[in-house]
Amino acid sequence: MDSPLLHIDNVHKHFAGLHALSDINLDIRPQETHAIIGPNGAGKSTLLNVCVGRLAPSQGKVLFAGTELTGRHPHEINQLGVARVFQTPELFEDLTVVENVMIPIFSRKDGAFSLSLASRFDKQGAIADKAMSILADVGLGDHVNHLTNALSRGDKRRLELAMCLVQDPKLLLLDEPTAGMARADTNATIDLLNEIKKTGVTIVIIEHDMHVVFSLADRISVLAGGRIIAQGPPEEIKGNPKVIEAYLGEEQV
Amino acid sequence: MFRISPTSDIVLLLAFAAAVLLGPIIMQPFGAAYPDLLQRFAIFGIFAIGFNILFGLTGYLSFGHAAFLGVGSYSTVWAFKLVSMNVVPGIIIAIILSGLFALVIGYVSLRRSGIYFSILTLAFAQMSYNLAYSVLTPITNGETGLRVLRTDPRYLDALFGGETGARLPPTNFFGIEMTGWPGFYFCGVVLIIMFGLSIVIFRSPFGMMLRAIKSNQDRMRYTGFNTRPYLLSAFVISGMYAGLAGSLMAVTDPLAGAERMQWTASGEVVLMTILGGAGTLLGPVLGSGIIKYFENIFSAINESVLSQFWAFLPETLQHVMVELSSLFVGEGWHLTLGLLFMIVVIFLPGGLMEGAMKLFRIKHSPKVTSIAKSGQRDVVGEGAIEPMEPPKPPAPGRSRQDAKPAE
Repeated sequence: MDSPLLHIDNVHKHFAGLHALSDINLDIRPQETHAIIGPNGAGKSTLLNVCVGRLAPSQGKVLFAGTELTGRHPHEINQLGVARVFQTPELFEDLTVVENVMIPIFSRKDGAFSLSLASRFDKQGAIADKAMSILADVGLGDHVNHLTNALSRGDKRRLELAMCLVQDPKLLLLDEPTAGMARADTNATIDLLNEIKKTGVTIVIIEHDMHVVFSLADRISVLAGGRIIAQGPPEEIKGNPKVIEAYLGEEQV
Repeated sequence: MFRISPTSDIVLLLAFAAAVLLGPIIMQPFGAAYPDLLQRFAIFGIFAIGFNILFGLTGYLSFGHAAFLGVGSYSTVWAFKLVSMNVVPGIIIAIILSGLFALVIGYVSLRRSGIYFSILTLAFAQMSYNLAYSVLTPITNGETGLRVLRTDPRYLDALFGGETGARLPPTNFFGIEMTGWPGFYFCGVVLIIMFGLSIVIFRSPFGMMLRAIKSNQDRMRYTGFNTRPYLLSAFVISGMYAGLAGSLMAVTDPLAGAERMQWTASGEVVLMTILGGAGTLLGPVLGSGIIKYFENIFSAINESVLSQFWAFLPETLQHVMVELSSLFVGEGWHLTLGLLFMIVVIFLPGGLMEGAMKLFRIKHSPKVTSIAKSGQRDVVGEGAIEPMEPPKPPAPGRSRQDAKPAE
């Protein structure tokens, strides 16, 4: 087996006595699509936040392709090739759609900082073309010049996905990429993510919609109460009594 | 697909240059066509343009920019004392020193954002003011203010054999004395150059990154940008603009006092930028012009002028009107300015430029379907109005999905 692309080693996260994550050990293999499921409050988003540097783990470490991520700034982690879609889309709301997608290309082109005064932002032909083609791929081709805050919620999610894809990430972290989308849009997103999978991008996806999970995931980890209670291929997870209990237990509350 | 073409920027710059250079003619009907006032318009215009590069593009509200103004003035006066009465060395030294000063203050202040950043900059500026006023008296000449003396060495002038006669030599630009109209035209040309530079910054990828930081700094970080150097660059650039403005104050009147660094001066540039329209190209210049106009013209109106103005009324009514309106002029010009500021902030949060664009839009509304496409949104810095589409009847089987709230 290949060495893992993302190696989460014995990670704990406490918030003033609340154990959001306890002893998480998780290996994400290169080119797999790994779904993380679990009831609300299980610690799924916290786990992604620890990976991208938004939160520092109380204990343990995260390695990406052998590089330790713990203690690094979010921009450094992104520069290594980790892109993230948030649960609530994080966009440049008062810029246009195409500008939103062009800006991430600049971060790849210029690194962390460039005092580029000699050129004009709107004369970046190659960059604009790349942004346009990605926008067409995610189905926002008709909205390129609209202001982002005028988009619907589903379109905002697709835009955020485009902003990540345009960076050609090695690892894509998706936090509920289809929440709030109509079924047809959800299916379009599944098709798109399957296309991305084929290009060799490793994907970690948090999702409540089991239709999405079972259409995409190679492996699934189930998180409940801050612990991983089950892990394995989809068929195995479906019939696992612990998983059924975790979900049913939540519904009885 | 894009909003602004390079050609329209060149047209804007040319129109701006024409307006500045024809200032003496344009301002004639407003009673403001004298060089002292016009050059103050230009100097504060530069100050506000620079402030807008920080506040308008990144959203970081500095309450201490007057400190850089003061540093610019002091260093220019020192250049007049030690180097030459030619203004070029003085201006260069002022820009460099205020830039370095901004680098230090920015490095510390930018560790925080929002109100904490504002408070930090305010604290630094007040500290600088108090230092200039007391502790640093050997450099700043404290309360009296720093002035150029006939007996100062002026090593560069001495080297080139410029004799110091009985009279203090005037500040000059390679022999052109910086008083009266030449003083205004010098400041005007610098203003045009600085306006051009701000257009370049606004349109560059660097400027776009600053806007993106204002829009969502978190997303910038998760997109791989280290935002600190961007913010610090913007802070230093705007500090250098302020230093240049302070330097020009010393060029046109070679003395520097600590009051130039006081918090009221820092607050004034905030008012100018917001009044005109933060984040717009022309707004800050417009705002600074209006505030300086009020300060100089409204404050000079006295009762006899008012009596003349209301002379067409019957005598009793004339007295009443004179009494009423005298509250708003002379010493009371701040009241007028305050009311104007309130009206603008409440009804035109985007500043006077937003008002101008609204007028423009009413005239052209049938043609412009989307401000984003019209090429004007950028100038105003505000949202596009999209035409409303009639709501589609929900397709059967889809409506339940649409209605379901996101988790």
